[in-house]
Amino acid sequence: GVGRLSRSAVFRKARRWAGPKTTKVVGKAEPASTAAVVKEVGGANNGGKRTIVPKTPKFYPAEDVPKPLRALHVNYTTKLKASIVPGTVLILLAGRFKGKHVVFLKQLSSGLLLVTGPFKINGVPLRRVNQSYVIGTNTKVDTSNFPNLDKYTDDYFKKPKEAAHKKSEEEFFAPEEKKKEIAPQRKDDQKEVDSPNLETIKKTPLLRQYLNARFSLTKYQAPHELKF
Amino acid sequence: GYDQFVEIGRVALVKFGPEAGKLCVIIDVLDHNRVLFDGPAHIIGVHRLHIIFKRLALTAIIIAVLGEARVKILTKAFEEGKVLEKWNASSWAKKLAQKEKRSNFSDFDRFKSMLVNKKISSLVNKDLANLKKENKKSA
Repeated sequence: GVGRLSRSAVFRKARRWAGPKTTKVVGKAEPASTAAVVKEVGGANNGGKRTIVPKTPKFYPAEDVPKPLRALHVNYTTKLKASIVPGTVLILLAGRFKGKHVVFLKQLSSGLLLVTGPFKINGVPLRRVNQSYVIGTNTKVDTSNFPNLDKYTDDYFKKPKEAAHKKSEEEFFAPEEKKKEIAPQRKDDQKEVDSPNLETIKKTPLLRQYLNARFSLTKYQAPHELKF
Repeated sequence: GYDQFVEIGRVALVKFGPEAGKLCVIIDVLDHNRVLFDGPAHIIGVHRLHIIFKRLALTAIIIAVLGEARVKILTKAFEEGKVLEKWNASSWAKKLAQKEKRSNFSDFDRFKSMLVNKKISSLVNKDLANLKKENKKSA
């Protein structure tokens, strides 16, 4: 729409004529201590003490030095939605595995969620997922069979930095080899996490098929009316 | 013509408003727009109140009360008339209950019901296909 104030009125109102926003420092650049200091002096005939009044600094900036505003950014782990609890079945809404139902394992320190398919059921490996791109359902998997998940941190999932090198002309035009090899450690970890869960999942009828299926909306379904 | 009338003793379902979805008994007709109704309160949870016709859906159930019956008498007539049993046995009530149940389905429940519906429709379609085949043969 059209704003209430004209462009010049906004300019005036927002005091943009006053320059960029800084905290006001009137007069002094640095708060130098102006208090007189009393110092002990040696020597018998020197009176014992000297009062030293600090000289005014020779240099001071021509304009007021703006104080930078406080750094207000605080690092904290994102608050988990109330519906997401270890063992919850989540619906992934974006990415390669969108629509898949996965099992939530734990929240990592970066705030991302650690999930697993389990891999044998729906092909989703141990993966990090953002809470915003996820719906938490009411369905829960029993967490008593979860193994120790302490070793899965953000560093576990970090991509190793490849040394950047400039490709020669042949390399540039060579067909790309897209062989992504998965470390055997990852495969072992996947098995370690998934095998106890598979037993639990088998106990609930149709849960395995549910995890394998992809979520979709049919004709008369409205997501704001659905309960998950 | 119409066979369900607004009358004293008629059981109606409240369609709209804070009492929506609850049964109530019409106790008195106030004017051409409104009636006085009552739960009875401790069975249905609806206190004596006036309501507009438009907000009511009449049921086929009538109980024997006189106008402006007191709650005690109304309760007795309500129980003698077995209103709740008759209501719960009606297909209308069953459909409402089913709708309510479905709206509270979790995603997993919806998936399970989808599988059931798939099975049913596949059986139906199989039979239909067989019938069509037989029809073709005989024709």
